[in-house]
Amino acid sequence: MKVVGGLFLNRLALFLPLALFAALTIVLLLGLDKDPSELPSALVGEPFPSFSLPALHDADRTLDERDIIGEVVLVNIWATWCFACRIEHAMLNQLAEQGVKVIGLNYKDNREAAIAWLKERGDPYAFSVFDEQGRLGIDLGVYGAPETYLLDATGTIRHRRVGVVDDRVWNNEFRDLYAQLMAVQR
Amino acid sequence: MRLRWSMGLAVALFTSVLFGSENLVEFSDESLRSRYQTLITELRCPKCQNQNLADSNAPISKDLREEIQRMLEQKMSDREIKYHLTSRYSEFILYRPDVNKTTYLLWGSPFAIFLIGLLAALRLNRRNKIDVGSLDKTVIDQESRIAELLKSGEDDK
Repeated sequence: MKVVGGLFLNRLALFLPLALFAALTIVLLLGLDKDPSELPSALVGEPFPSFSLPALHDADRTLDERDIIGEVVLVNIWATWCFACRIEHAMLNQLAEQGVKVIGLNYKDNREAAIAWLKERGDPYAFSVFDEQGRLGIDLGVYGAPETYLLDATGTIRHRRVGVVDDRVWNNEFRDLYAQLMAVQR
Repeated sequence: MRLRWSMGLAVALFTSVLFGSENLVEFSDESLRSRYQTLITELRCPKCQNQNLADSNAPISKDLREEIQRMLEQKMSDREIKYHLTSRYSEFILYRPDVNKTTYLLWGSPFAIFLIGLLAALRLNRRNKIDVGSLDKTVIDQESRIAELLKSGEDDK
């Protein structure tokens, strides 16, 4: 009896490499769906960082985090050198028309070029913060434009999107959360 | 002739130093430089995935190098600097991640795999020894039997 049991275990051990192979295959298959350029968000659930920077349209006007906190807002990081921002711009205009408050963070850009760009394509932003050195960008963990943050009324970052926000991204990632936050605010 | 050679060499060496100095980072205290070098080699560029801050030409890497330099000048410790950056860019940017519950597998697996390999090797070794031993014995048995048979055959003649 003992021998039979031992034999059975020996036979089972022969399948061990196959089982390991199967497990590895599953892990690797799951990994295929992941985007390696997408970083985990360190700031979701954290308060929006404090800053003190000039406004894009008025170099003498200094803005800080208190100008952003208080309402549910989208904070959009954009620049004229950023090609994907051109694609995103129409969507932001559309959201602003629908009554979503969007605040711009003009990231490492040229002031004149940025103002001209907004004149040409329409300005969806309640106001734009001018971050020439990218300091606020570093505090937000920005590593490429465009990026979009959804803040609740207490100024806590609730969602972050790296890359273009289009219809699909808005519907999948933002719409429900935005509606929920707006309902709380009222 | 010799003078001209050494002049040429001096010019070559001197200009290379001049060209090199363009990119050097200035520190108030030279002891910060080696820490700076270690940090920018151990930290990963968030934009370019497989380069560290030292190798990368991405604008964000340049900004982060300047940020690290600024923090070093502010007398922040390596730990504080890394915390400052991971709280913004997540642990992704650490090429040498901390040991915590999400990285136990990462840090532990080499040792686990080594241990499994070692155990397997020991087991195989032991089994082989037994096999070889009994094989030797049968070979010796057979050889002595052959010798015996040959001998008895010779005796028959």
